[in-house]
Amino acid sequence: MKTNGKSKGKMLWQLFASTFILSASTFGGGFVIVSLMKEKFVEKLKWIDEEEMLDITAIAQSSPGPIPINASIILGYRMHGLVGALVAVLGTTLPPVIIISIIAVFYDWFRENKYISVALQVMRAGVAAVIFDVVWKLTENVVATKRILYMAVMIIAFIATFFLGVSAMIIIFACIIIGVADFLLNIKGRKETKG
Amino acid sequence: MILLQLFISFFQVGLFSVGGGYAAIPLIQSQIVDMRGLMTLEEFTDLITIAEMTPGSIAINSATFVGTRIAGPAGAAICTLGCILPSFIICLILAYVYYKYRTMTGVQTVLSALRPAVVALIASAGMSILILALFNGDKSSVSAQNLRWVEAVLFVAGFIVLRKFKVNPILVIFGTGIIGTVIYLII
Repeated sequence: MKTNGKSKGKMLWQLFASTFILSASTFGGGFVIVSLMKEKFVEKLKWIDEEEMLDITAIAQSSPGPIPINASIILGYRMHGLVGALVAVLGTTLPPVIIISIIAVFYDWFRENKYISVALQVMRAGVAAVIFDVVWKLTENVVATKRILYMAVMIIAFIATFFLGVSAMIIIFACIIIGVADFLLNIKGRKETKG
Repeated sequence: MILLQLFISFFQVGLFSVGGGYAAIPLIQSQIVDMRGLMTLEEFTDLITIAEMTPGSIAINSATFVGTRIAGPAGAAICTLGCILPSFIICLILAYVYYKYRTMTGVQTVLSALRPAVVALIASAGMSILILALFNGDKSSVSAQNLRWVEAVLFVAGFIVLRKFKVNPILVIFGTGIIGTVIYLII
């Protein structure tokens, strides 16, 4: 991406500010930040497309380390190489570091405070709403491909993870195999129609 | 010297915690609690609780906590750095490979089969959080009498607001937190 100095600086600042705010709002684990990142970087800023976001999620899930950190490294790299990755990972790491440094001092007060525990419980309803909104849109797009294979993959993967507790790694690995098989069958199909 | 040890310990935590979140717990426990005695089990349990209550992962939280206690802000920085460095190196390599080859037909076909599964993973995480929000427990606690009405109403309201009016999701998260707390204070 070729940009002049000023807009480059602006983009890096936006990258830092966005990852910082998203990281500070990520209550409830790795896939929450993926939902927020999709809203911010796909819908709002239009830096990447939706498929890219899903690919980044798959890579982030398959790499060691927390998903938010991994996803921001890949996104940062995409936006501005090594510098972008550094900026994004700094933005994502700072909020938990700051929060823990503060909470470590006031831990007892924090744990026993009634209002905080109520707020944290009800906030989950909002987090769930955000994820469902994102999942809704993503599902529409999977259905729009009109490929039975993709819809089947989605449904079976959901049943496997949610009801049967199959790990995400196994799901991703299985889908890579399915994808490779799909590709090989396509080539074979094309050759047959040609010959 | 202790800082170098800490760095190596958290580097290992970062390197071997594939799958994120709870995958790191046994690893941190063996590296930090059992082997080096840098943290008591009770402190570690508290950290898991904090990690559930705050943004941020258990690995980063533990790194910051242990680092701060042993060597102040510098310790926190070194432990956190050690924890992130493996992710950083591996993700950079994977990102490089991904952006180099992602337009190839073969890679596209494989990624297309992978994307619906990622949607399912996100949906599954969403279901778990929804159940936690509405029933304050896991799948086994789902029943009509366990339903928390305030959270159920907030969830539906939040969902509608997001879909109809495209409100900023962060506003919805903190909004439900504030409105819900006020409601519980009143009733």
